[in-house]
Amino acid sequence: MRRDYPVLLLATPGLLVILAFQYYPLLGNVIAFQDYQPYLGIDQSLWAGLDNFKVIFDGDPEFLNAVKNTLILTVIQTVIVFPAPIVVAVVLHSLLSNRLRQLVQSIIYLPHFMSWVIVVAVFQQVLGGTGMINNWLRSNGHDPLHIIGNVEVFRALLTSQVLWKDTGWATILFLAVLSQIDRALYEASSVDGAGRWRQTWHVTLPGLKPIIILLLILKLGDSLTVGFEQTVLQQQAVGVDASEVLDTYVYNNGIIGGNWGVAAAVGLVKSAVALTLVLTANKIAHRLGEEGVYRG
Amino acid sequence: MSRVKSVATGKSRRAMVGGMPMPGLTERVAKAVFLAIICAVVVLPFIGVVSTSLAPAEEVTKAGGFVMFPAQGIDLSAYRSIFAGGTVTQALLVSGFITVVGTTIALFLTCTLGWALSRRGSVGNRPLLLVVLVSLLFNPGLIPTYLVVQQFGLLDSVWAVIVPVCVSAFNVIVVRAYFVGLPDAVIDSARIDGASEWKLFWHIGLPLSKALVAVIGLFYGVGYWNSFFSALLYLNDSSQWPLQLVLRTYVVNGVELGGQELGLGSETVPPQTSIQMAILMISIVPVLCVYPFIQRHFAKGVLTGAVKG
Repeated sequence: MRRDYPVLLLATPGLLVILAFQYYPLLGNVIAFQDYQPYLGIDQSLWAGLDNFKVIFDGDPEFLNAVKNTLILTVIQTVIVFPAPIVVAVVLHSLLSNRLRQLVQSIIYLPHFMSWVIVVAVFQQVLGGTGMINNWLRSNGHDPLHIIGNVEVFRALLTSQVLWKDTGWATILFLAVLSQIDRALYEASSVDGAGRWRQTWHVTLPGLKPIIILLLILKLGDSLTVGFEQTVLQQQAVGVDASEVLDTYVYNNGIIGGNWGVAAAVGLVKSAVALTLVLTANKIAHRLGEEGVYRG
Repeated sequence: MSRVKSVATGKSRRAMVGGMPMPGLTERVAKAVFLAIICAVVVLPFIGVVSTSLAPAEEVTKAGGFVMFPAQGIDLSAYRSIFAGGTVTQALLVSGFITVVGTTIALFLTCTLGWALSRRGSVGNRPLLLVVLVSLLFNPGLIPTYLVVQQFGLLDSVWAVIVPVCVSAFNVIVVRAYFVGLPDAVIDSARIDGASEWKLFWHIGLPLSKALVAVIGLFYGVGYWNSFFSALLYLNDSSQWPLQLVLRTYVVNGVELGGQELGLGSETVPPQTSIQMAILMISIVPVLCVYPFIQRHFAKGVLTGAVKG
């Protein structure tokens, strides 16, 4: 103990932050079982049993709408947003020139470092009523498109924003994995008469399989967390019906609306479901003989 | 490992490159078009933003708000007006403070904790590592986190934006993995020479990990510079707003900035679009400035975490 106290001393400040802002807030979830009043605090607010969870079990329409929007976005993101970087990475991997590949990489990583506010602002400037595209359409005698604030295309808008922001960045992992594939495999398959498509199918994609499974598991844990900042930023323009997701429901009800207990209850269930999903998916991955996120 | 010699079989007369047959012309054209479109989609909006922020007032008004290629020279009046000492200047100072102070604190805490966890065999190493790892699995939730920030008296203070996110468990794991990979010989010999734990960390661990520390620093820095939601959550007083909140109010929500807010008094204000694009630009430029220097280290930083973590 004496020998190790300098090490422990170095660990203390960082650990305190994790304990204070990751573990300690867990206790605050008790307000999900309270009729929490900010001026009374946790000590004096009255207990409410499971009343706050009634919104969930009784199927409050606003809550169900948030669940529906969240799940639809999750499905879209898994089907469209998730495979996109794999396609880009496979194409980049097949480039012969290293310099060209690096150039393209430096360009497509960039939007990842822009905040959601910037991304939304840029999209408005490009697609908005007086934006780049509509200016061009008008000056060429066409009708302008109504995209920003349009309920019908809102999901497509969110999806294209996610694609724009993070597709490039997400290629980084896939490319790194691809660069580890033994070149001899390509040579061998080529000797066996495999063309470029068959090589992609039988060598490249199997090489990516473990990382794809790993990322899908991690994504599952986030499946109830989609488009929060994006939506908060654009909710005014498009209305709550089309845009409410679980996180904005918690934010709007709790911090804006003052229904602290209900919001905390929804948040608690959401976190619990997310945790269960990750643990389950990891178990399944192990059964299938994959590494998964961790060994346990 | 036996090297398979590339053999041109009868079936494929194409040249081989790195084990793959040389791509045909169609494939090469298709790939070039595909990549060119992706790059254009990323780059063109930025060019539009720069151009509009720099175009003269008349041209912007005439174009109805957006200029792709300014033809009539460059006009810096939009920039002059946002730096005139009003809302935007103030927000820039706040964002600068959050970013510089936040990143410094975050790097220090992350690296010290990462170092401590990399010293295997010391008391409590395993359980402490577990504390960090487990925190990756759950999310404490928005409302409880808000209550904790409130309880610590951080509401309406920039520290509410800085402190809660200054130790990312994921980054700690990345840094730890890197420190674990440092050669034991160097560390042991320094220890035999009587270096204290702090000296080992500060004079040996950190200097050997400059590239990684730079990447982690960029991640924290960008995170702080971009912090929007925590500021929205915790800062009610608009004089404390960082740039991202100003950007949301005056660019995304389209509220007009008058001479008063800009610090120009009653002088003429350049077109709103130019001002909006100028605000957008100054929120992008700092990232663009750091990016090229750290970019080549990305893969290392990301992979240390993903593969070993």
